[in-house]
Amino acid sequence: MSAAPLIQVRGLTKYFLSRRGLFSRRQRRVRALEGVDLSIYRQETLGVVGESGCGKTTLGRSIMRLIRPSAGQVLFEGQDLAPLGRRQMRRYRRDMQMVFQSPYSSFDPRFSVLSSLAEPLRAHSDLRGEALVARARELLEQAGMPGEILYRYPHEFSGGQLQRIAIARALALNPKFVVLDEPTSALDVSVQAQIINLLQRLQRELRLTYLFITHHLSLVQHISDRVAVMYLGKVVELSSTDAIFAQPLHPYTQALLSAAPSLDPELRRQRIILKGGVPDPSNPPAGCSFHPRCVQARPACSQGEPPLVDAGNGHMVACHRPQGE
Amino acid sequence: MSELLLSVADLHVRFRTYAGLVHAVNGMAFDVRPAEVFGLVGESGCGKSVTGLAVLRQVPYPGEIVRGRVLFRGDDLLQKSEAEMQHIRGGGISMIFQDPSASLNPVFTIGNQVARVVRQHTSAGPAKARRRALEVFDAVGLPDPPRIFRSYPHELSGGMQQRAMIAMALSCGAELLIADEPTTALDVTIQAQILALLAELRKTQGVSVLLITHDLAVVAETCDRVGVAYAGVIVEMGRADDVLHRMKHPYTQGLLAALPRPIHRGRQLQSIEGSVPDGIHLPPGCPFHPRCPRVMEVCRVEEPALFPVGPEGHVAACFLYAQEAPV
Repeated sequence: MSAAPLIQVRGLTKYFLSRRGLFSRRQRRVRALEGVDLSIYRQETLGVVGESGCGKTTLGRSIMRLIRPSAGQVLFEGQDLAPLGRRQMRRYRRDMQMVFQSPYSSFDPRFSVLSSLAEPLRAHSDLRGEALVARARELLEQAGMPGEILYRYPHEFSGGQLQRIAIARALALNPKFVVLDEPTSALDVSVQAQIINLLQRLQRELRLTYLFITHHLSLVQHISDRVAVMYLGKVVELSSTDAIFAQPLHPYTQALLSAAPSLDPELRRQRIILKGGVPDPSNPPAGCSFHPRCVQARPACSQGEPPLVDAGNGHMVACHRPQGE
Repeated sequence: MSELLLSVADLHVRFRTYAGLVHAVNGMAFDVRPAEVFGLVGESGCGKSVTGLAVLRQVPYPGEIVRGRVLFRGDDLLQKSEAEMQHIRGGGISMIFQDPSASLNPVFTIGNQVARVVRQHTSAGPAKARRRALEVFDAVGLPDPPRIFRSYPHELSGGMQQRAMIAMALSCGAELLIADEPTTALDVTIQAQILALLAELRKTQGVSVLLITHDLAVVAETCDRVGVAYAGVIVEMGRADDVLHRMKHPYTQGLLAALPRPIHRGRQLQSIEGSVPDGIHLPPGCPFHPRCPRVMEVCRVEEPALFPVGPEGHVAACFLYAQEAPV
């Protein structure tokens, strides 16, 4: 991890505008991302966890430039992607790919498997005819699917099989970086295990870098090298997986980990039950966004927003509470 | 049998579809005791949700209950008239579902919907029904009950909506709550709140819960006993501790080995080869035999009964344990 990061995210901010009512002219700004800073190193898996509405999916999509950020930079190998237009973005697309949560809606039902796999190859490579079919077959086999299924259609496959095909498609252009947005949330656990093993094997063989977005804590612990915890559009804690799970510093991370049910009684934590739900992102609380639900909140917490700072050994945390208290 | 609140035996449910007869539930059998949380756990298509619906005789078209017994306080619900069932649904047994926003009517206030249920099941007038609604809102930890009473479903968060559903389910004195994936749509911090609420209601009001879920960790934290379902039958059952930590059936073992857990970190996850049978073409013999790593000759032809494998009614439907007489 000594080398320069593959991706650097600086001050990434995204507000969505939504109208107050059907006929109202007034708009409100919904905060999805607010000043996110993080780096993703080559061949690592950075896990992003948080609850619904915390901005984890928006983070993935903003890095991919599927949505244009309101402010901030996304440096890919040093090049800022945020201001690039559609055409300039094109050459970076092949290096960055994405796998989505629902394999059922990731495919056009009228496209055969071959057509789905051929689309990125036609758009970005010179492969045509026999060579293209051969490459599609190779991609399927790499993802653990038999090559004969090229002429079959999405409805003929189960969710786990479709997710393998989606992974095959994402790898068609030999990307360096893959965003995995809840890739196993729609699958049963026995199938989830197959997909996770496949993703780990492909990462080793193809030297891939992953951004793994999930709400599933034990899964993120299994697959990630480092973990970023998000709350209301901000990264509140970022460190190595072992440090986050062994010694969470942010009160939100502590509550989140304690809330996750565990099979192993000896690993169960003293449960911290948070009051209420996540605040309205169009009207986030002043100061630290978490302070209205924080059991350790103090007056200072409603004043300024705590920056993400190094609490030692690169363990980053955004909290006003000084160390050791 | 008076110590059992619910006793399901030999339950068979099938669906007539264009593709053929789908055998969704194939001899499901389990009991729920008073003030107990019983978990029915399994992967998609194992028949756990259909079983929950069949207990209330609410299997949707084109499904039908072929045979079986569903004893509630000793009475067979499958023999009841539709009018009697109307009374039991909500009055004796209630059900809540995964997505509370789909269970609540968006055009009526929460209070209106709960009060209506109360008036349908009791002789209460409007004022009394309102008082009862406010009471159950308070019991499920909804803040400011009068405000909740006036609120429309969209004004509440998912966790609050699920609390309102639980309030409605318990408003008429139901003794058994069938909860079908009640926290799957909720965030983990909200899930913890709802599971804590169910545990508290069991303690304070003696409500039994049939918890239908795919999440073994939720079972570990909330259930007294658990049944693992596969292809419409129970393959292993016992105290939650025994089934999850001293599991005997190869399917249960495979399921637990597939879970990402701290003890599996840095290793490959185990996966179960193949996929769940489709219900139309059920394999002969043990339904798990085509995927079973320890399959024997007998498994291909004969259906295993539940054999005792441990203390306190720990049983598994597997010929590996056939030296004992079946229970």
